[in-house]
Amino acid sequence: MTNYTEFLYMHEELGLLAVILLLFVCDLLFCKDSKRGGVYNTALPVILLGILTAFNLLPLSNLPFEALGGMYHHTPMDTIVKSTLNIGTLVTFLMAHKWLARPENLVKQGEFYIVTLFTLLGMYFMISSGHFLMFFIGLELASIPMVALVSFDKYRYESAEAGAKYILLALFSSALLLYGVSLIYAATGSLYFNQIWPDASSSWLLLCGLSLFLAGMGFKISLVPFHLWTADTYEGAPTVVTGYLSVVSKGSAAFVLLVVLAKAFTFGGVKLDWQVALFWVIIASITLANLFAIRQSNLKRFMAYSAISQAGYLVLGIMGGTEPAADGSAQGMTALVFYLLVYLAANMGAFAVINVVEQNSGKLAIKDYNGLYGTNPKLAFLMTLCLFSLAGIPPFAGFFSKFFIFMAAFNAGFKVLVFIALVNTIISLYYYLLIVKAMYISKSDTPVATFKSDGYTRAALAICTAGVLLLGIAGWVYNYLDSIAKVSL
Amino acid sequence: MIQIEYILIVSAVMMFAGIFGFFTRRSTLAILLSIELMLNATDLNFAVINRLMHTGGHEGYFFTLFSIAISAAESAVAIAIMINIYRQLKDTTADKLSKLKW
Repeated sequence: MTNYTEFLYMHEELGLLAVILLLFVCDLLFCKDSKRGGVYNTALPVILLGILTAFNLLPLSNLPFEALGGMYHHTPMDTIVKSTLNIGTLVTFLMAHKWLARPENLVKQGEFYIVTLFTLLGMYFMISSGHFLMFFIGLELASIPMVALVSFDKYRYESAEAGAKYILLALFSSALLLYGVSLIYAATGSLYFNQIWPDASSSWLLLCGLSLFLAGMGFKISLVPFHLWTADTYEGAPTVVTGYLSVVSKGSAAFVLLVVLAKAFTFGGVKLDWQVALFWVIIASITLANLFAIRQSNLKRFMAYSAISQAGYLVLGIMGGTEPAADGSAQGMTALVFYLLVYLAANMGAFAVINVVEQNSGKLAIKDYNGLYGTNPKLAFLMTLCLFSLAGIPPFAGFFSKFFIFMAAFNAGFKVLVFIALVNTIISLYYYLLIVKAMYISKSDTPVATFKSDGYTRAALAICTAGVLLLGIAGWVYNYLDSIAKVSL
Repeated sequence: MIQIEYILIVSAVMMFAGIFGFFTRRSTLAILLSIELMLNATDLNFAVINRLMHTGGHEGYFFTLFSIAISAAESAVAIAIMINIYRQLKDTTADKLSKLKW
């Protein structure tokens, strides 16, 4: 007899699946053609996803549990990360309203919600996996529909080109990753994360497998030298999707990398090996992305390079510790999740502004933002808040999240790495301020005309602004995350 | 009985032929074929390792099955995008996908 009650442990995934199926039915009933599409527009998906987020916001118990014979391994921290991703998706839906209300998109609005939620489901499975098969299925479920989202604007050539570049490199990276997993399987004889460690502690086979695995994950998180798809895909994709891609997709992949490295590769010399690899990857990501960001003229490309360098900081959190420290705190994981939360608020906020400006005026270049303060002062101010938070200027949450990441890495003994990251923070301040200068100081003959943003976008901006302002002040968030991280590692 | 090394060498050659094709081919469809070659190499790897090295369970076989299904789905999406590009460019050479750069 099979015990079906263990499926109830997976209530987060099942809840999301129920939301997807409900939206399927609603799409069928209410969205027959573009004329009647108004019935089913943003409100329903947002409400359903909001209910789901509210129900699963915090972990119910402090114990990890397993289902499906250990293939599904859930820790309390997974719930927190899933909630974070939920909020990110919610903000994406809110800011997508105006874009989806266009005539060419109104017919396929249902597809947008469903496909987005399927990528979210894939991330759920990926986060809670305890086995490489579950991990791989989750990863692919998260990345195949993402390609469809990237090339969602069917009649715009850039969107298709971005999709082509994304899927070719995503396929290439998953082939590398799979080859790595097969070598790991050969070296250890098991694909369960917690059974990988026996005898073969330093075999070459395992090392080859691990490096191919890291290369595959590097593509997903878009770390240098695996970042070449990022800028093109970010520029070509619809702005809403770019926001989703840069926060939700990337954040989940970074957390999964931490989880897999912590669960499967902490024994013996292997830990030192991947730490050396990540050391150089982080330095390259942060530095090169910063240098490339300075010379960009398209705002979405600029945000792409900014996102690569932010990914470097996220991975710095992985270096900060995959094991509980001597005093029992789990700084690395806590810092990474807190960074993810703050990064979500700041980056989503920036993308919400970029999106609303694009939808209302069609402008995307940095010089188009000249004089934005004169015509749309509130938007310019919110954008400034988000950019300051991304750069890490003290009163905002970004400063604290960067500080915790640096502290965790410093305590783990990577002093040189922290120093290089600090220098790069200053460089990044320069190019974030370029945008602020364009908005406040530079004059323009044809500034973006004054417009009123719709209610959904305002809600998205309110959520992001609240995150940027409050997360830095509310110290209990970090303490709460730390208490969860302790029982999750 | 065939030694495991022989089959692993075949799969490694397939893998690197795929990587070579990915970097040198000009047509996006040929690039897609190269990727399929790489994925097939990994499938072969899993099956062989399960059959000849770790005979205890069936993890490798199942991984192969799932991986075949998933790579089929990926190819379908990729070809759909190629068709969309072909409609707009009348061409699917990788050199022509150059509107987005730097």
